[in-house]
Parts: sequence; C-alpha cells; structure tokens
Amino acid sequence: MSGRMFTRSLCQLQKLCTSSGVKRGVVGALRPGFHDRCYASIPQPAAASVSSLNQAELAKFAAIADSWWDAEGPFKPLHVMNPTRLAFIRSTLCRHFGKDPFSVRPFEGLKFVDVGCGGGILSEPLARMGASVTGVDAVDKNIKIARLHADLDPVTSSIEYRCTTAENLVEEQKKFDAVLALEVIEHVADPAEFCKSLSALTVSNGATVISTINRSMRAYATAIIAAEYILHWLPKGTHQWSSFLTPEELVLTLQRASISVEEMAGFAYNPMTGQWSLTDDIGVNFIAFGIKNSE
Amino acid sequence: MSRLIATRRIASNIFAPRLATRSFCNDAPVTLNNAPSGIHIDKEHEDEERFSNDVPQHDIAIVGGGMVGMALACSLASMPLTKHLSIAIIDSNPALLNGPSIKKDDPPDPRVSTVTPATISLFKDIGAWEYVEQHRHAYFDRMQVWDYTGFGYTRYNARDADKDVLGCVVENKVLHKSLLSSLQDKDIKKTIYSTRLSSMSLPTRSSVSETGASASKSLANLAKLELSDGTNLYAKLVVGSDGSKSRVRELAGIKTTGWNYSQSAVICTVEHPAENFCAWQRFLPAGPIALLPIGDNYSNIVWTMSPKDASNHKIMNEADFVKAVNHALDSGYGPRPDSRVFGGDVFSSFFRPNVTSSVNEGFEPPPKVVKLASDKMAFPLSLMHANQYASKRVVLIGDAAHTVHPLAGQGVNMGYGDVSSLSDVIADGVAVGSDIGEVTLLKKYETDRKTANIAMMAVLDGFQKAYSVDFGPLNILRAAAFNGANVFAPLKRNIISYASGERRLPFMS
Ligand SMILES: Cc1cc2nc3c(=O)[nH]c(=O)nc-3n(C[C@H](O)[C@H](O)[C@H](O)COP(=O)(O)OP(=O)(O)OC[C@H]3O[C@@H](n4cnc5c(N)ncnc54)[C@H](O)[C@@H]3O)c2cc1C
Ligand SMILES: C[S@@+](CC[C@H](N)C(=O)[O-])C[C@H]1O[C@@H](n2cnc3c(N)ncnc32)[C@H](O)[C@@H]1O
Repeated sequence: MSGRMFTRSLCQLQKLCTSSGVKRGVVGALRPGFHDRCYASIPQPAAASVSSLNQAELAKFAAIADSWWDAEGPFKPLHVMNPTRLAFIRSTLCRHFGKDPFSVRPFEGLKFVDVGCGGGILSEPLARMGASVTGVDAVDKNIKIARLHADLDPVTSSIEYRCTTAENLVEEQKKFDAVLALEVIEHVADPAEFCKSLSALTVSNGATVISTINRSMRAYATAIIAAEYILHWLPKGTHQWSSFLTPEELVLTLQRASISVEEMAGFAYNPMTGQWSLTDDIGVNFIAFGIKNSE
Repeated sequence: MSRLIATRRIASNIFAPRLATRSFCNDAPVTLNNAPSGIHIDKEHEDEERFSNDVPQHDIAIVGGGMVGMALACSLASMPLTKHLSIAIIDSNPALLNGPSIKKDDPPDPRVSTVTPATISLFKDIGAWEYVEQHRHAYFDRMQVWDYTGFGYTRYNARDADKDVLGCVVENKVLHKSLLSSLQDKDIKKTIYSTRLSSMSLPTRSSVSETGASASKSLANLAKLELSDGTNLYAKLVVGSDGSKSRVRELAGIKTTGWNYSQSAVICTVEHPAENFCAWQRFLPAGPIALLPIGDNYSNIVWTMSPKDASNHKIMNEADFVKAVNHALDSGYGPRPDSRVFGGDVFSSFFRPNVTSSVNEGFEPPPKVVKLASDKMAFPLSLMHANQYASKRVVLIGDAAHTVHPLAGQGVNMGYGDVSSLSDVIADGVAVGSDIGEVTLLKKYETDRKTANIAMMAVLDGFQKAYSVDFGPLNILRAAAFNGANVFAPLKRNIISYASGERRLPFMS
C-alpha cells in the first residue's frame, strides 16, 4: 500500500525528467541504466558561463510552464512537499541565523536567492517569511509565470524574478545570505560546476540549501564512492556523473565547493494522510543544509 | 516593500461610521484607515489603493460568530504565529456587540452543551475557561445509562479513566459570552460586521487572469464577500461557521449528505430538591431521555420522542410535564434494573471483558424532578455532513460542516475539535509561508477532522438506530449491549482520547 502510493507521486516527479508521453515504470527509473538513457544527450558545457544549462531538460520545463500553479498538475509533488521542505528550511535557517522560530517573518532582513525557481513555488513562501528573495530560472517562460503569480499577493510582489543562471549572477558578483536550489541539481549539466557557482553566490558563513531525488541504488552509489574516493581504484572524477546525486555524492561535491553540509533529512510520504514529513531516511528524496566556509 | 505583518496595530480597526460595523474595543481610537486590514501598501501601489479604498481586506473572514466561530477567533488570537492576522467576524447577532447580560440568579437556559475535557483544555488555552468558571457550570464525574426494560445499566466514573471529571455542562450563552470576553482581552486586528453574508465570489483561474492591473489582480485572487447591509470585503480565507444552514457552504457549492430521523428532541431546564453531579440517560421505547446537571438544583432535560409527542409535550402544563418527566426517568415503562441480578458485570464480562465501566457500583435512581424552570423547546433530529470541508479560500467548521442530533452532547465538541485543528493548520501554514487560503493547506484540516467527525457521526447514528425501534422481547439483547458498553465504549474512549490529545505545537520544526 505505502509503496504503491509512494511510487505514484514519484512517477509524477519523474515525468518532469522524461520526455512527455513516454511512460516509464519506476522499476526502470531505479535501474542504473535509466540515467544513461535519460541523459545520453547531455550537451557538453560550451563556456563556463553556461556550464549548468542542459537544453533538453529546460525544454521540458518550458513545455509545461503553464501548469506551475496547478496544485493537481504535473508539479503536484512539489506543491505537496513544499510545507515539509519549508519546515526544514525554517528550522535550519532560524537556528543558523539566530532568528526567533516563533516569528511570523523570521527571515526579515536576509537576502535569499532561489536558483531554478521555476514558477516560484518556493520563492513565494520565503518572501512571506520575510526574506528579500531573488528568483532566477533559465527558462524565460517560468520567470513570466512566476512574476504573474507573485503579483497576486502584495507580499510576494516584492520578489525579484530574473531569467538568468547562477553563473551569470556570479559574474555580476552578487552575494546572498542564503542560496537555495531545490530539485534543480538533477537537471543541470554539471553538478560540480553548479555547486561551485552556488558557493560563489553565498556570503562567507552564509547558508546553502539543496534538495534532490536520490534515485541511485544505494549500493551502486556507494560502490562508486568507494572506488573513486575511498579505495582509490579509479582516478577521482573518472565516473561519468549521473545526474541523480546520492546524498554522499552531494556532500562531497559541496565540500569541494567550500560548503560543509551540517544537516540532512529525507522526506517520507504517508499514504494515509497524503502528507510528507521529514525523516532520517534519505533513501529517496532528501534535502541538505550547508554553511559556506569562511575564506 | 509592502508587508502584511509589519504594521501591528494595538487596537482593532474601526470603520464603524461608514460601514456600520463596530469593534470590540469600544475605547479604541476611532481611525479611518486607508488599509483597514493592516496591509501596508507601498508607494507604487498607492493609486491602486485609492481605487479600492472602500473595500476592506482581511486575512480571514469568519462568517458566523456563534460558539464555534468565536472560538476560532480566540484561538487565532492566542497563537504566536496567527495573532497578527487581520480577522473579520460577520454575524448580525447583537450579542457580539453588547454581549448578553447573564444574571447569576436567572434559572439556566435550556440550551446547554456537554463539553468534554478536550474542549475544556481548548478553552483554557485560549483564555476563555476562566470566564466560564465565573458563571454557572456543572462538572460531572459520574454517568449512568440504563434501559426501561430493567435488564441492564452501565455506570461510568471519572476515576475509572483516571480523570477528575467526565465533562462539564455549560449553557451555550455562557460559552459564547466567555469567548467574547476572552477575545476582548486580546490584542489583535479584528473587525465585527454586524450583518449577514448575502453572497460571495471566489477566485477562478479566468477571473484572475482576465483582470488587468496588478492591484485589482491581487483582489481578484481573493474571496469577495457581499454583506446584506451593502458592505463588501475581501478575504484570503473565508471560514463558514454559520451553523447547519450554512450560507457559506451553499455559496461555495459544497454538497451535503444527511437524513432526518422521524424524531424530535424536547429540551428544558428542571429543578430538583438537591444538587446533581451525575449525567443520567434512560432509554425508552421512543428514544432516550437525558438529565444533565447544570448547577445549583437545576438539571437540563434532552428528551427524544416522536414529533407528535414532542408538540404535545411542548404545550403540556407544568404539573403534567413534571409528572411525565419523572415517569420517563424512573417510575414508568418498566422496573429499575436490579443490580444484584442483572448487574453490569454479568454482561460486560461476557461481551467485553476489558471495558472500564464501574461494574461494582449499584444502580442508583435519578433525582426526582419537582419543577419546570424554563420554556420547553422542541427540535427535529437530523444528521448532516458536508461532503467537503475545504475548497479554495473556503473552509467549513462546526455545524456548517456537520450537524448531529444532541443525544450524546457531542455537537459542539466536534466543532471545537475543528477549531483546534484549523488553527493549528493555519499556524503551520504561516510558519512555512503558505497562502492561508491555499487549498492544499486547507485539505490538511479536512483530512485531520473528517475521519474523527465521521467516526463520531457513525457512532451517533448507530446509537440512534439501535434505540429508535422498540425490539420488544429482543430488548434483552439491547440491554446486554448496554451492559457490555458496546455502544458507549467508543464514546467513552473518545472522551478520554480527546482529553489526552494535547494540542500540537503550532509548527513542525
Ligand atoms: C436541541 C439541541 C441540543 C443540543 N445539545 C447539545 C449538547 O448538549 N452538547 C453539544 O455539544 N452540542 C449540542 N447541540 C449542538 C450545538 O448546539 C451545536 O453544535 C453548536 O451550536 C454549533 O455551533 P456553531 O457555532 O457551529 O453554529 P451555531 O451555533 O448555529 O451558530 C451559527 C452562527 O452563524 C450566524 N449566521 C448564520 N447565517 C449567517 C449568515 N448568512 N451571515 C452571518 N452570520 C450567520 C448565526 O447568527 C449564528 O450566530 C445541540 C443542538 C440542538 C439543536
Ligand atoms: C523541478 S524544477 C524545481 C523548481 C523549484 N526550485 C521548486 O523546487 O519548486 C527545476 C527548475 O530548474 C530550472 N533549471 C534547470 N537547470 C537550470 C539551470 N542550469 N539554471 C537555472 N535554472 C535551471 C528549470 O527551468 C526548472 O524550472
């Protein structure tokens, strides 16, 4: 029962990552070969400034941009998971920035950037919680939708939305107290470069929050880590990065980008209530909070 | 930039002169404010603001300031994450403005509620119980339920559940007044519209996308309420606490499932020679009669019978009525249960060995009624349940979501369960920056409450069905079920679990 209900929402998220119309079972998604099929055509990064763009992925988001705010549409998993991941963000960032957890706007006075903001599902609540939010996305259509929706509420109309990339913000030498990229890293061309950009955008001692789907089988992932990093059987970086990171990989990648992960949590789905909650099990969906090392 | 919360005003907003509304804080400075809801609008929006100058905006519009709606207002005003919300209360009941005057010496009103320990703890949390305690109220620690055939009885004692009390009987007007007093103490942004809701328009996808300018767009995304005095207002969330014939429910297009029983309840206050500390309920061929303590030498009667009998009893003179009550409570229909022969233990151990009824206590006759102390009122019995409790920007609580017959005194307690749940869900939503009228958020409340309420309604319906027919010789089975507490056990467990259900922290960190 629990397994079945869970896979349904997983399938919905998965749809975002597969070409529309192609039905793929979850079993397929969990098979290592799935990554290769899905990401066979990852374009090699042309220049440093566009290193994170994966055109095939972006086209998929552009195609369904109209449905960002349809709570029952293709982005339903993000809507349903939103309160849970925001609860994680609220508690970790309140603690990190020394803010009152009972405050209605605990993030007042802090500058946040939401990288890969899509339609603004995350940016809007962050603005209601008091942050000055900049939302950026590589897809222009997403930014337009996000702008229109944010203008529906005077509080969220203060969000600054821009169609750009993390790399461009780095070039502009922008800095933020907290940098958030939720459910984005699995869609970028080069996660390691992407993490470096996120790090460059974070002020020293600032916060980075990343969430993603852990689709790799744990044993498989652990094998790669062990082979490359622990046992040194293979030179580091030999492994063709699969776009789905495991928590271990993410921690290492962030570490190499001067961000130390302080806290991590998994999301558990309760089929009885249809709600998500935070758990220790990071086997499927997980979220990580890290601090930018002071230089 | 504009922010909703930054402007925390000390007194509630008053725009009484134009809108014929009044605030609780009569001594508050009368200020006409451009942004009555407390929404501070920045420079860019000033023009648009002037444009929508006359239409107040609120975070939450509570339609129906009855016992349940007022409790929600108090609860929101008591929690750190929700007390900043600007609240409109819409109800034409003049008591909201003046408060009913309750005189200590008046005999109790026949409209009373049996509040459970969970309701009491909600009232304590929101600062209203201290006001209840200043008025007449009656805790009871014992309950006796028996059958007219004389075959069985069950006694409950609070001690069995490690509780001091099983519940408390309070007049509805006392509950209402206490909530009003407690709300008056609170420093929140609230406005009372002393009128009724006449119509409501809810945002649709097209209504939002068709509107041009950004300010009118943000209004098109809110619920618009039209009141019968011509006032309009906008709200992010409309709470329907407008009772069983809910206009909010109707306007939101929420369907109901329900049925009427061909039965009515007669209620009144009676007097007896000494104070009563026990809730009594005796099952008669046509339905149960209950005698609930209400303080001093008074008790409340809730008596179920056919509609025809109900109208007869309503016009009956006092002497005949008192006689009929005593007949129904004790002397008529059949013998008293004999505790030595048919004592609860025989059946309860047979049917449900671990039930916690006070099997060792003997049957006690109920107090003899000597006087009628109020008007008699008659109500048809029915059960109604809304198919949904939540849709975009609308949520139903209390009798608007579910109406039950008064047999078990659970009606208002279910409403207070809704209040606890909804205020927690709203606080959780505020904590994580949700739009409080968002349907995904409101559905959490629905999921939380529907199961509990449906279970309670099923128990009450089963209860009703089991006792609405006279089974003749088969009554022994019914009596057996009684002794086994098969019927009452769920209720009892519910009372106990409500009591232990400490309220959650307002957010889930
Ligand atoms: C005979 C009888 C006995 C009962 N005994 C018990 C008992 O012992 N214990 C118990 O727990 N429960 C009992 N109940 C049930 C209990 O009375 C109800 O559950 C309770 O009153 C519900 O409260 P409410 O606030 O939801 O609705 P209501 O008390 O009905 O309040 C609704 C409010 O909404 C207002 N309103 C209605 N329409 C509009 C409109 N269009 N615009 C603005 N305002 C509007 C009304 O003025 C009213 O103030 C009994 C009920 C009956 C009929
Ligand atoms: C699954 S969505 C997540 C949206 C949002 N972060 C949330 O969690 O609600 C991924 C988004 O990342 C955007 N995206 C993908 N690659 C990107 C890149 N390299 N730079 C910026 N945005 C990117 C996509 O356009 C899409 O809107």
